[in-house]
Amino acid sequence: MKKRLGLAVMLAAFASLVLPGVASAATVAETLAAKTSEIDMLWVAVATVLVFLMQAGFMFLEIGFSRQKNVGTGVAKVLVNLAIVTIAWWAIGYGVNGAGNDFFGTDGFFFHFGQTIGSGAEAFDVAASDTMLMLFGLAFCAVSLAIVWGTTLERIKFGAYVIYAIVFGAVIYPLVAHAVWGGGLLSDVGGKPVMDFAGSSVVHLTGAVGALAALLLLGARKGKYGPDGKPRAIPGHSMPLVGLGVIILWIGWFGFNGGSTYETAGAFFGEVMLNTQLAAAAGVIGASLAVWLKSRTLDVGMAGNGAIAGLVGITAPSGFVEYWAAPIIGFVAGLIVVYAVLAIERFLDDPVGALSAHGLAGIWGTLAVGIFGSERLIVEGAAPGIWYSLFGDVSFSASFGQLAVQGLAVAFTFVVVFAISFATFALIKATIGLRVSDEEEEAGLDISSHGMYGYPEQFIPQPEYSTGLPSTLGTGAAMPAPSPAQMTATESRLEA
Amino acid sequence: MKKIEAFIRHEAFEPIRAELLDKGFPSLSIVEAKGSGRQKGIVERYRGSTLTVNVRPKLKLEVVVEDKDKSLVVETILKHSRTGEVGDGKIFVLPVEEAIRIRTGEEGEEVLQVHSEPEIPA
Repeated sequence: MKKRLGLAVMLAAFASLVLPGVASAATVAETLAAKTSEIDMLWVAVATVLVFLMQAGFMFLEIGFSRQKNVGTGVAKVLVNLAIVTIAWWAIGYGVNGAGNDFFGTDGFFFHFGQTIGSGAEAFDVAASDTMLMLFGLAFCAVSLAIVWGTTLERIKFGAYVIYAIVFGAVIYPLVAHAVWGGGLLSDVGGKPVMDFAGSSVVHLTGAVGALAALLLLGARKGKYGPDGKPRAIPGHSMPLVGLGVIILWIGWFGFNGGSTYETAGAFFGEVMLNTQLAAAAGVIGASLAVWLKSRTLDVGMAGNGAIAGLVGITAPSGFVEYWAAPIIGFVAGLIVVYAVLAIERFLDDPVGALSAHGLAGIWGTLAVGIFGSERLIVEGAAPGIWYSLFGDVSFSASFGQLAVQGLAVAFTFVVVFAISFATFALIKATIGLRVSDEEEEAGLDISSHGMYGYPEQFIPQPEYSTGLPSTLGTGAAMPAPSPAQMTATESRLEA
Repeated sequence: MKKIEAFIRHEAFEPIRAELLDKGFPSLSIVEAKGSGRQKGIVERYRGSTLTVNVRPKLKLEVVVEDKDKSLVVETILKHSRTGEVGDGKIFVLPVEEAIRIRTGEEGEEVLQVHSEPEIPA
């Protein structure tokens, strides 16, 4: 029986070799198209995992910049935020983000297989590849939300995370993403689209503006400003953890920018990834140089901020600029972050520098597309950057028009995100309260909000040793007088 | 009995410990201490702000010895902990009333150190 089956398989294999015409040209093309799409989605899947890895980057970066009494809360925050934003995105956010009118998406709520999304010629039924893209979008939304909390470390009430995460995942981020990427207002401004390849404004500026709204209502940490009003350093407890966080974010960014190609055609993601690397490197150099010139020391945290600023800066231009422009964009972002951190610190207590690294570098990145956008790479309808007017034959009206459109994206993002975020945080402040009590802040959020320390041995003596004495001494029994034999034994040991 | 408390630089401890053991004084303890004195604090720079830590880390070495051994131990500590720079530390000698070995309950000077010779050559 087995032998006959084997023979049949061999015959079939032979037949398929001698009769290639069985598969028609049309089906070959169809199969190729299907396989191409599957390979594209495989790349998006890899990128999605890298972008989710960035959550670990934010976790360690923020924990490293916190004091030892506020480290466990950083873990809880990232986990709970990621969980809530996932459900909010699946139920509502994805729908608001996708196909619809100029202002918000109208289909795709409670995302499910076979659901019809969109109308007319652009309508489609949800299949596995759409699901992959939906998950990729969620990873972006989660990154944007994680940025918000950088300014709020060591003093915010945990409940604020929960409420704001719902609003952010369901409304705030989806509105901005819809405007730029979902066919909304900013996808066609007088014929020119906003070019934000992976989200310098959509993801990073959005997160930073949310962070600003939270910070304005929250205020500084106790002791951040001295009696003279001058800012004081509150050093984070672990620069090694900050470094680990920065490198995880850096690696995750290859998925963030590279994955935003959504396809493997021509291996274009390679160009995007090289741009990403060049800008991150230049960001480190720019920030290190700036802080060294300013204080004659190479501040470890600032070098990390420089890497993040370079990466944020290149996020929008990564798919639109030539390799030579990427280090310039990253270097400028690195300079911006240092001077901005020092300037902002005089008024606002931003422990990790999120306003500078994600906000100002995000604005710079969005505008940089209007300066360096290359004719070879920009999207249809858009104009190349000002550089190509100065040193090429692109008209200044066209390139400045594109720069203005990029500026409009910044203004739109700021206004929409700030309005909704400020309202949400004000509501939280008026109801459950935004900030922990002075006593809780002094004790640390780990023990006051979570009932445990992130590093218990720093604060509590190890209770497990107190009952572990092997002798009767630990039981409280009367101490027996040493016998003469014991005394002799002790003496002889001493003499040995 | 005398208790010798010495605030010393971290790097001075190991040679002191080695020589004291060699001379028959194995029993000592150290505590990580932070303190201020004539030596200035440490100025840290963090994200553009400066931060002065006014206390510096030192080691506190504690040895309890019989009265006759005091000078020997003090000299050993001085020998290894003096660099001549500000910040070498200080030595204090205090009287001790009683000494009890917990394991056996023995009392008196014989519980202090382990040395077989009755007289330690200086």
